Amino acid sequence: MIELKKGHGDLARDIQKLTGINFNGCLHCRTCSNACPFVDGMDYLPNVLLRLVQMGMEKQALESSTIWVCVGCNTCCSFCPMAIDIPMVMDALREKALAQGVKIGEPDILNFHNEVLKTVKKYGRTHKLEIMMRYKLKKHDFLSDVGVGLKMLKKRKLDLTPSKIKDKKALGKIFKK
Amino acid sequence: MAKTTYSFFPGCSLKASGHENTLSLLKFCEMVDIELQELDDWNCCGSSSAHSVDHEVARDLPWRNISLVPEGQPLLIACPSCMIRFKQSHLKLKNDLDLQKKYEKDWGRPFDPDLEIIHFFELFKRIRLRDYIEEPTKQLKGIKVAPYYGCMLSMPPDLRHEPSYYGLMEDALSRLGAQIVSYGYETQCCGTYLSVAKPELSQKVVTQIISRARDAGAECMVTACAMCHLNLEIRCSMKKPIPTFHFSEMLSMALGAEKQKKWFPKHIVNPIPLLKERKLFKSRSNGLGELKSIFTRKDVKK
Ligand code: SF4
Ligand code: SF4
Repeated sequence: MIELKKGHGDLARDIQKLTGINFNGCLHCRTCSNACPFVDGMDYLPNVLLRLVQMGMEKQALESSTIWVCVGCNTCCSFCPMAIDIPMVMDALREKALAQGVKIGEPDILNFHNEVLKTVKKYGRTHKLEIMMRYKLKKHDFLSDVGVGLKMLKKRKLDLTPSKIKDKKALGKIFKK
Repeated sequence: MAKTTYSFFPGCSLKASGHENTLSLLKFCEMVDIELQELDDWNCCGSSSAHSVDHEVARDLPWRNISLVPEGQPLLIACPSCMIRFKQSHLKLKNDLDLQKKYEKDWGRPFDPDLEIIHFFELFKRIRLRDYIEEPTKQLKGIKVAPYYGCMLSMPPDLRHEPSYYGLMEDALSRLGAQIVSYGYETQCCGTYLSVAKPELSQKVVTQIISRARDAGAECMVTACAMCHLNLEIRCSMKKPIPTFHFSEMLSMALGAEKQKKWFPKHIVNPIPLLKERKLFKSRSNGLGELKSIFTRKDVKK
């Protein structure tokens, strides 16, 4: 048995409060980590990340790349014998990382999410072309993927003008911040 | 057969980059007497980004959409990930009276706990394809297809009692005469937005999925998700990638939809040479003459 020192265990409690997930349930069977298609891009395997949460290793967990690389595909949790909603843990850790202003493990991915939400806030729907342009602008990267972008434009996979919703007031209600 | 009306949520992927999917989906539904009424003034469900950074926005975006559904109509959702967002949001409301109050106050409508939120696949339980296609069928004869579900069948724990549709595409496509290739990567996620933010990761998984399918003998991929469709097309690094079809494209083609030309050119990997090779490009010659009456009926709007 691992004995938690003072201060340890707070992270597990915080995340449990946000998600309702009981971290004692994890068997560390690694089924999740074996199922996850994106472990190549992660610094901690999904079950190791849960371990960090259990042990209260807040800095490592919140600054990890894992929480950003996880796309929430639910592959891990659909196989998890203890039905632990791992992507929900990732959501909560990301939000906590943002709230605490820690160093972001994968700034490009956060940048992408922010650009997506900006267009949703503005139009009520995503506008892919704008997301891509602004994302690239921020990243100072115009050369990679030009071919893909042009192909998508040519095949009209990227609409030039955004599709917008009429009820702008509703957006104000949703995006209070 | 009497028409059934569904509210229809296309979602941003389908609306913006999945024109061919939208067209074929609408066509398919029209052919099987299902009327789709696009949800008036729908908004983005928040997709992966909202729940990544702001759980309140992620909750409120689907709420507004749910509040727009006309009473008594089931809500059909074309995009598998939007569907999970909607279902989770709805379930959360169902289990929480305080949230229900908030929802009713915010959106000015009573909460409907019985609202049916269904995926396109669910339609196959509600219609019988054989009512619309003669059996035995040869419509897709000879083409070797690799059905690809991506992450759409993986449900989070709170939705684990949802029906599983594993095998549905295999079943429908093989009934139509296609040869199903099994390759072991049917439910591997395509990487969704990592395709933009971490293209190398996405490329690795996509190329693995498609090359395994091709090595197992597949001539094309069939997916039911617009996002997967796009990723399979743009992130495959094989020299000669095989084309990807949307499931509804296959179905409407099998039902003899005439205007395929309208959507096939929108594919990034051109599927026409394969279809010509398999003599599937002109569906009229497949002996579907008598079925034509179904699609050309006056009461079916184009
Ligand atoms: S699959 Fe579930 S129980 Fe097993 S290690 Fe992962 S989270 Fe823990
Ligand atoms: S939800 Fe996240 S951790 Fe789980 S399999 Fe998908 S990417 Fe990996």
